[in-house]
Order: sequence, then C-alpha cells, then structure tokens
Amino acid sequence: MSTETVEKAIEKKPAEALLSKRRKKLITDPLVDDNPITIQVLGICSALAVTTQMKPTLVMAISVIFVIVMSNLVISLMRNTIPTRVRIIVQLAVVATLVTLVSEVLRAFAYDMYKELSVFVGLIITNCIVMGRLEAFALGNKPYDSVLDGFGSALGYSWIILTVAFFRELWGSGSVFGIPVFDYVSGIFGPDFKLATNGLMVSPVGAFIILGLIIWVQRTKTGYVEH
Amino acid sequence: MQQSNAYIITFSVILTVVLGLLLSGTSQVLGPLQREAEALDKKKQILGAVISGEEIDAMSPEEVNAFYTSHIASTVVDINGQEVTEKDGAAVTAENVDIAKNYKMPAEDRLYPVFIFHAEGNPDDVQSYILPLYGAGLWDAIWGYIALDTDMNTVGGITLAHAGETPGLGARITESGVQQRYVGKEIFDESGDLVAVEMQKGEGKDYSADPHKVDGMSGATITGNGVNSMLKNYLGHYQAFIESKKSSQAVAAAF
Repeated sequence: MSTETVEKAIEKKPAEALLSKRRKKLITDPLVDDNPITIQVLGICSALAVTTQMKPTLVMAISVIFVIVMSNLVISLMRNTIPTRVRIIVQLAVVATLVTLVSEVLRAFAYDMYKELSVFVGLIITNCIVMGRLEAFALGNKPYDSVLDGFGSALGYSWIILTVAFFRELWGSGSVFGIPVFDYVSGIFGPDFKLATNGLMVSPVGAFIILGLIIWVQRTKTGYVEH
Repeated sequence: MQQSNAYIITFSVILTVVLGLLLSGTSQVLGPLQREAEALDKKKQILGAVISGEEIDAMSPEEVNAFYTSHIASTVVDINGQEVTEKDGAAVTAENVDIAKNYKMPAEDRLYPVFIFHAEGNPDDVQSYILPLYGAGLWDAIWGYIALDTDMNTVGGITLAHAGETPGLGARITESGVQQRYVGKEIFDESGDLVAVEMQKGEGKDYSADPHKVDGMSGATITGNGVNSMLKNYLGHYQAFIESKKSSQAVAAAF
C-alpha cells in the first residue's frame, strides 16, 4: 500500500485510463442524450439530402466521421498557437482542406459515389456539427480527448442518417443497400402479392417525416424536454 | 504576443502555404486516377445508349474498356457533316472533345463527335450511331447520348444525365424506365422533316402509337422541355451528317 502512494507522489498526476469513464462519456453522450441531429438539431440539410439510399449515406457518414475526427485533432494540436481573432477562419481553412481531400479521393477511387453525392460532400464544410465541435471542444481540450469527442459526435450523426436512409430506401425504393427486398417478399407470397413503394419517401419530405418520428420516439424514451 | 498583427499575419501565411501544398500535392498524385475514372464514366455513358445499365454495372472497369475498344469506333464531324481530323493544328479525337466546352461556342464552330457502335472487332458492320447531346434542364446542365439505328431514323436507345435536377422529379431522366420510353421512336416524320422526339406534359398516357411522342415525367415538365430542346438542337446540328449517312445507305441499298 505504501509503495503505491509513493509512486503516485512522484508522478504527480496519474495518467488517465485510455478509455476512462469520462472519456467513454465523450463518445456515448452524442449518441443519444446529446445527439447532434435529434437533440441539437444540427446538420439537418445533409440528413435530408443524401438519405434516399443506404449506400451514398454510408459514404457520407464515413466522410463526416473522417472530417470531424481529423479537424478536431488538428485544431486541438494547434489550439495554443491559433490567434483568437482569426480562429474561425483558421478552423474553416482546416475543415475545407479536409473536405477537399475527401472529395478528391472519392473522385479518384469511387467516381460513381462522387457523382451521386456531388455537392453534398463539399457541403460538409458548412455542416454545423463540424465547426460546433471545434469551437466548443477542440479549442479547449487535449488532442486525444478531442478525437474521442469528434468520433462520438460523428457517430451520433451517422447512426441517425443511416436509420433515416434505411426506412427511406425500404419504403421509397423497396430495397436495402440496393438489394430489392420488396421483390423477394413478393416472390414468397406469389405474383398477386405486391408491396407498393411510397414516392413521398424518395423526396426530402420523407426524411422530415422519418426524422420527426425518430425524434419523437427518442424523446418519449429519454424524457428530454426543450428548455 | 499572440494578438499582435505580425503574429496573426505570419500564422495565416504559414497555414495557407501548408494547406495549399497539401491540396496541390493530393491533386497531383490523384490527378491521373481521376482522369481515368472520368474517361471510364464517359465510356459507360456512351455504351449506355446501346446496352442496358444493368449489363454495364455488372462489368468491371477492365471489361468496360475492352468492350468499348472492340465495339466502338469514332469520328468527329463539323456542322456540315464533314469529317474533322484536326483543329488549330492539334489532332482531334472524339473521346477528347469536351461537349460542355463546345456548347459555349456558336453552333457552326463546334466539333461534333460521333461514336459508331459496331459488331465485335468489325468496324464495317455498323449497328448504330451514338450522338452526344447537351443542354439545359431546370437548374443546371443536362446531357446524354442518343443511339440511332442504321436507318438514321429509329432511336435505338438513349442515356440521359444531369448536374442538378430535382431528385425524384427531373432527376428521373437518369432512370432506365424513363429512357426506355425513347426506344423505337423515330426522329423524322413521313415527309422527311426532322421533328425529333418530344416528351409530353403529364404522365401515364400511352404514346406507343405516336413515333414522335413519349410519356412525360409528372412534376418535371421544365426538365422534360429541356430534354426536348436538347434533342431537337443536337439532332439539328447533326442533321447534315445524318442525311449523308442516310443517302449513302440509300445508294448502297439500291445496288
């Protein structure tokens, strides 16, 4: 027992566990309790636009995770050198660079996705979640914590847009990840049994409805009330 | 110190240079790959006018390139249907003609590529002529390729693409269901005048009896009009070429 206290005294500050309780909270909080889309209602634009199908949504989610995590890391590393008066423009420059990188890589290796997502990859720059995390967290916290925080927020964003895309693609196009689920179901029950798709789900209105339902279910469960 | 103007300016300059180098480096490294991807995409669009989208999707990039090489020959013509081999001292190939750039020039000065779809490995056994199209939709550019059968009248197929039409409405021009409506339609009327094919307003009517009309897209009349004028314009620009092919075949048939 006594040796342990001595060791601690030498170290002064014991290193925090790689995934301590506080750090786990950085990741899990934005998933439900502080979700960027359903609670903070940020990043709605892309949530409506890209979620007609699962595949582009997944690419979009991965791109956003990359941009948020990397920009949080870079800004956090530079946080003590960034002049306060130009910090927003510095954040913007870093985010814009990362987004351009993502878009260039897509253009080289997944041209069809690049065409389909087109302007929305570029619009990650204006996604409020990215700048919001930089301002609120990365500027005042250490790099590792910032990465975790960014990862959490991006996951919170991703699972919501993937859920929305799942229902929109299923009900709107009768498929999941391009696999024609409705056709299979019709095949089981014979030719007279036809599942109809709903055109409303393909239009952005469909995303509003699904998103509204998700927010409703979530708030009923968590008891969250807006102040 | 961090608030001094000199510090802010130095910081900004360094940041700009670093990020700029990073971006231009990436662009240099990925450039060749991107151009390859774009060329492949163009080939897919051209082939899309003569074979179905599912077939193309099932092909690997190498297969698309191989299929293209063995089935497509190309030439470039001017507004009078005369073959063009060089412009401003530089050799001209159909694949390198930028339709969007040409669109900005007066119609008489533009280059008009023609892609000839032929039996495998035999350029003389022509099956259809594929002509590029370019025009304006509701929000942004629309373009595509139309395949004409060897009678230079019947539409063998069409591919349409767009930069920013409304998803679910005008963007439906990319759907094979919409493009299928053009197959078998005719671009010349009985007296031999070019009338092209017109997409109608409203959706759900049967135009199978009318060779110059196709069913419209509900809620996307302006995109439909854009497609109509694009077809009419470009078939008009190619008219000299089309007529020359027509008459040469008439001669061949007479023999």
